[in-house]
Amino acid sequence: MTFDTWISEPSNWAFSVVGLATLLAGFRVVTAKNVVHAALFLVGAMGGVAALFLLLSAEFVAWALVLVYVGAVIILLLFGIMITRAPTGIDETLSGDKRALPGVLAVALFALITWASVEAFGDATLATIGDPTSTDTLGEMLVTRFVIPFEVVGFVLLGALVGGITIARRDLTPLEEEQRGGLA
Amino acid sequence: MIADLLSNFWVALVAKLLLVALAIPLIGMVVGFGEMKLSAKMQARVGPYFAGGRWGWAQLLADGIKFFQKEDLIPRDADKPVFKFAPVVVMMGTVALFVVIPWGPGLIFRDLSVGIFYALAISSLTTVGVLMAGWSSANKYSLIGGLRAAGQMIAYELPLVFSALAVVIMAGTMSMQGIVEAQIEAGYPFVILQIVGFVIFVIASLAELSRIPFDLPIAESELVMGYLTEYSGFRFLFFFLAEFANMFSMSAIAVTLFLGGWYLPGIPADALEYLGPVILVVKSLILVFAMIWFRWAFPRVRQDQLQSLAWKWLIPISLANVILTGVFKVVL
Repeated sequence: MTFDTWISEPSNWAFSVVGLATLLAGFRVVTAKNVVHAALFLVGAMGGVAALFLLLSAEFVAWALVLVYVGAVIILLLFGIMITRAPTGIDETLSGDKRALPGVLAVALFALITWASVEAFGDATLATIGDPTSTDTLGEMLVTRFVIPFEVVGFVLLGALVGGITIARRDLTPLEEEQRGGLA
Repeated sequence: MIADLLSNFWVALVAKLLLVALAIPLIGMVVGFGEMKLSAKMQARVGPYFAGGRWGWAQLLADGIKFFQKEDLIPRDADKPVFKFAPVVVMMGTVALFVVIPWGPGLIFRDLSVGIFYALAISSLTTVGVLMAGWSSANKYSLIGGLRAAGQMIAYELPLVFSALAVVIMAGTMSMQGIVEAQIEAGYPFVILQIVGFVIFVIASLAELSRIPFDLPIAESELVMGYLTEYSGFRFLFFFLAEFANMFSMSAIAVTLFLGGWYLPGIPADALEYLGPVILVVKSLILVFAMIWFRWAFPRVRQDQLQSLAWKWLIPISLANVILTGVFKVVL
């Protein structure tokens, strides 16, 4: 594909704008000097990724991303930050000085994902461009072809849930139990 | 002529945007005025009386103009960009909800195939806006209000989604028009078999809207309006309009899911083209009336009661409702 044909396609323009905005938001997540600002930029980055999915006609995935990440994960994140410490203004201690190793790791991870995607899909084109993937098809795929990964993810989440409760709960000492009069 | 113009994508887009931009303040004012007058009636007061000459009908218009004149105060310690942007985020969630409300046969801004899922996802933007407002005000009352709002919305989002899920199972589609058509085809509104789901949906949407008895994030008597404390002028107006417009749009979604949407049996199909929006608005306003009525009928719940109601009662019941609906769908 030459650059002329690429640029004449409006969806490529949309892809470029949304992609750049997402990258910028992602960059600001790690460089923001205020932890709440970082979380809010994460909302922007998630919205950008959802918009990319919309451009790929993956409507359900896009809105699932908004529902789960913006609607639940980031709100819990913000909730956690605000209930513990959330000063307004700039926090200079927020960025650590160890940047080389995480930088190398990030580049390596990016290279790995790029390599894996190119290796797996190569020149394959999406057959459904312009025609949203129906949720029926998606649901059927999830409980037939992808049922094992689906169940495995379920187990991982269950494990996380049990782990979370174990960490958060605190057994009462005998004295406290006595104070409660055994009513607890 | 007009049909020709509207077939142009950009003209249609601008027309739709203008329609929503006019509809939201209008709906907000109608619901807000209804709240003022009904509250007054229920307390044996007169309510707004002088503005506009008769019944005080122009009271909300006057209030709106008053808000525009007021100074746009921003606290010195506030996080200015976040503080300024928060009302916009709340309004974005409100406007985006109107995209999938079906007003009549073929009368919908966009009949997304994932309609109800989109509505539930996009309404979480409002929560982000409320948290932004609460934190950026640099005020303890605001922060507590924002935190309460977040805790409440996380808890009540699940019963809301589950009760909508039962309807999706019944209808076999997530498209809002599809759900209305499924009810026409079935011959009865889904509320008949989904009465449990309907009750849970209404309770959860009351909580999502921070209405009494779940108005802890605002709680005038203890938090002096919570996350709204520091807002004034037109930014306050944004929150105010969004709240009333949200009351209407949540009711419209409940009507679409459970009460047959724009359809009323006995009305010929060609008349529905014009009467559809009227039917939807009347049905929604009945639910809005119930919400205003609840405000003067129930006391505010405590924080622990609010959380245990959601996690110990609504979520298990709505899950059981989903399972029962699934079994019912497969067996019949």
